[in-house]
Amino acid sequence: MWPPVIIPNDPGGVTILKTFYESMLSGQLIEATWVSVSRLFIGFIISIFLGLFLGFLIYKYKLVDETLGFFVTTLQAIPNIVWFPLAILWFGLGVSSVIFIVVLGATLSITIASSTAFKSVSPLHIRVAKTMGSSGFHLFRTIIFPATVPQLISGFRIAWALAWRAVLAGELLGGSGGLGTLLDLGRSLQAMDLVFSIMIIIGVVGTLIDNFVFVNIERRVLTKWGIVPQK
Amino acid sequence: MTTNHIVLNNLHKSFNVKKNAPVIALDHVDFTIQKGEFISLLGPSGCGKSTLLNIIAGLDQQTSGELLVNGKPVKGPGNDRIVVFQESGLFPWLSVLDNVMYGLLIKGIDKKEAEAKAMEWLAKVHLTKFAHSQPHELSGGMKQRVAIARALVMDPEILLMDEPFAALDEQTRMVLHKELENLWRETKKTIIFVTHNIREAVVLSDRIVLMKTRPGGIKNVFEVQAARPRTADSLTTHLENRILEELEQEMEKVLKEEFGSDYSLKTDRVSSNPDRYMGSDI
Repeated sequence: MWPPVIIPNDPGGVTILKTFYESMLSGQLIEATWVSVSRLFIGFIISIFLGLFLGFLIYKYKLVDETLGFFVTTLQAIPNIVWFPLAILWFGLGVSSVIFIVVLGATLSITIASSTAFKSVSPLHIRVAKTMGSSGFHLFRTIIFPATVPQLISGFRIAWALAWRAVLAGELLGGSGGLGTLLDLGRSLQAMDLVFSIMIIIGVVGTLIDNFVFVNIERRVLTKWGIVPQK
Repeated sequence: MTTNHIVLNNLHKSFNVKKNAPVIALDHVDFTIQKGEFISLLGPSGCGKSTLLNIIAGLDQQTSGELLVNGKPVKGPGNDRIVVFQESGLFPWLSVLDNVMYGLLIKGIDKKEAEAKAMEWLAKVHLTKFAHSQPHELSGGMKQRVAIARALVMDPEILLMDEPFAALDEQTRMVLHKELENLWRETKKTIIFVTHNIREAVVLSDRIVLMKTRPGGIKNVFEVQAARPRTADSLTTHLENRILEELEQEMEKVLKEEFGSDYSLKTDRVSSNPDRYMGSDI
């Protein structure tokens, strides 16, 4: 079950490194990675808009807070892959089902993060803005939203990790291409070298996005705000 | 020429903290403020001075009574009355310049003109160098200067200040007193200044409104007739002592409520222990 990493068991036999290298060269892995990452992006961008919108409604209307707000927390407790059978019924086997569960997972997390953040904006800033004549949506656009940027970024960072998991789970079960489907193919062929190669890619993509996108943005924002000292 | 700028007519404010037991923050407040006057609201904590300021600002509403500015009742905040708070409340996501421009852009002034005006005011508070810094790079005193510039750039008729210098060190505060006095003389704004510092009130104000607690309201009004700029001379010191005497009555009332009726400010004051010196020079 455990394929050798570098040195093959028999001459010319499989190793994880060799499979990784070869499937990268053949473009099979890169293509699958591209498919998965593009789904992640589409799903995640939809989630950001949807999550911020729901978060705003929860922040703004008490009634929504008491109904939807409670509901969102309950939904959050259900692992999003559980929705997959329903998604297949509604959207059929394919891209839309995968994106559905990605959006479901990430949106809830962003909704919770953003509504909490909007509610915790310093009353002092709100009062300053009001005394200057700001109100209504202007107040939201110029004060409440920018004031919550640091918390929103942390929220996004958690949400995208959930989304990435959802992409792979969906592909694994749905067989609609991408890394997850390739992983399932490796399983059915008993090609553990391929399975391990894909696991490496999943981890690498995760680390790259986290470090080059989110950590960077987070550091820049926190430095600008003076939350962490400038280097 | 004097005109009644702000009129408080039998103003009353209570908070419903617990059911059926409203806390009276302000009771029967009658007061008239002239245009261009510098008024201090002085009192122990809990006397409703900040509440009164917030009502004038329109951030809070009176329970009953009348509040007129220029003869018109106040309905909510307006940019003719700008507040400077104890903590500067600068927006950390905006540069100093953008902070000062914030209100101007709401007014609908175009960006170039707003920038020019903001720079002009930053120059008046001696912060031109820091226009493009972020707020966290400034010291506490500088932040308050920006907050004052941000308020005055709006050209409000009334400047409301809620313990603006309370969090600063003594030296910075003294400098800012001078600068505020100069700005006030230059712009002829009506200023309402909340403080718990008697000296600050005496140095800056035309009139000092001493407030009382439980129920909150006006206890006495002192007119400061010393010539400006004021220094600690016999006139101001005498006034300070007079105010302190009345303030102590209020403080004692609060302390008695908190620590029991046997508490007394005067008798608990021990200046030195005579036993220690007994026979020390034998």
